[in-house]
Amino acid sequence: MAEKSPATCEACLTGSLRGGKGMETFRGGLWTNNPISIQILGICSALAVTNRLENSLVMGAAVTFVCIASNLFVSLLRNATPRRIRMIAEVAIIATFVIVIDQLLRGFYWDMSRRLGPYVGLIVTNCILMGRAEAFALQNPPLLSMVDGAANGLGYAAVLAVIGFFRELIGSGEVFGKPVLLSEWFTPNQLMIVAPGAFFALGFLIAAFNAVKGHPQEKKR
Amino acid sequence: MSDTPALLILVAAIFTNNILLSNFLGMCSFLAVSRQLDAAVGLGMAVVFVMTCTTPLNYVIYYDVLLPWGIEYLALIVFIAVIAAFVQFVEMFVERFSPKLYYALGIFLPLITVNCAILGAALFMLVRKYNFAQSVGFGFGAGVGWALAIILIAGLRQKMGYSNVPRPFEGVAIAMIITGVMAMAFMGFAGMVSIQ
Repeated sequence: MAEKSPATCEACLTGSLRGGKGMETFRGGLWTNNPISIQILGICSALAVTNRLENSLVMGAAVTFVCIASNLFVSLLRNATPRRIRMIAEVAIIATFVIVIDQLLRGFYWDMSRRLGPYVGLIVTNCILMGRAEAFALQNPPLLSMVDGAANGLGYAAVLAVIGFFRELIGSGEVFGKPVLLSEWFTPNQLMIVAPGAFFALGFLIAAFNAVKGHPQEKKR
Repeated sequence: MSDTPALLILVAAIFTNNILLSNFLGMCSFLAVSRQLDAAVGLGMAVVFVMTCTTPLNYVIYYDVLLPWGIEYLALIVFIAVIAAFVQFVEMFVERFSPKLYYALGIFLPLITVNCAILGAALFMLVRKYNFAQSVGFGFGAGVGWALAIILIAGLRQKMGYSNVPRPFEGVAIAMIITGVMAMAFMGFAGMVSIQ
């Protein structure tokens, strides 16, 4: 939810997750509290890299890795970190793993590194990582935090894959760069590839989530 | 790109390559704050200020410190640190001189640190190989473009309060779609001037 600050998120999450159920945590990240469609976090990269399915998958994998690793380390260091500098410590941990991913992509997957451009570096400012570190890893043991990181990363990756699939399919009639829809009755709709299409796709996806699960913002007005 | 005048980059960063509408940066605070017009104006101004200052600052640090020492892979951490320090400064400034604005912005002022638009501007400055003057122009233009977009959409979303939106679309979903329409409108500027 957009208006949730990390502080209130903390309160609402620790209540339901204190029991330490790994499965419950996992479900939370993937579905009931999905980072993109429910918590509305990490939208920037969800929009920017989803014009092709392949980009979306690589981005999802990168975020999942960083999320697991940073949650693990934030959780390991949670008792050693003074409260006042915890934000800086979190950012430093996250940035370290993002640099690892960035260098790996540069070294082994140059094409993709160029296509994703600055958005790999921008994983640092992806609110999901900071949000999970603040709301979960700071209060929970390392293993459970890793589960939470994995769940949120995968939840994020899944939404990215869905958006990427539809944008590539409608925008260029292809899946993974292979033409599947190109025939005389289908004209690719370029709008889905460029910026506005990303906004429309995500808007409709969130609306679909709301329609299926009930609206999360009942008490807004 | 190195011979484009800084002024042209400024105009392009505001209209044709708007950092919010065509590069999708700064969406988190954008969605959270664009519900009220005055908070949007305040945050917009803060972003303009921070971005105008940090982009050239990061330019100097990257080309005069990191590159000669061969540690440019640390750019991410250093950029974040510079931005965080700067935001701290702006926060103290706003708290001292405009407590009202400080309370209106609340949690979102510290969140400028993780506003991807600020870091994104610095990274785009690197990727597009701007020189110093160009990065000043780009930082300022990108900030103004972001502020412009959030203020326009905050105005629209305030009006939206009176209209009858289908139930599942209420809140964020319809905001995304309005933003999409706004992005389409901004694409109309694309013939005017364009940067890569």
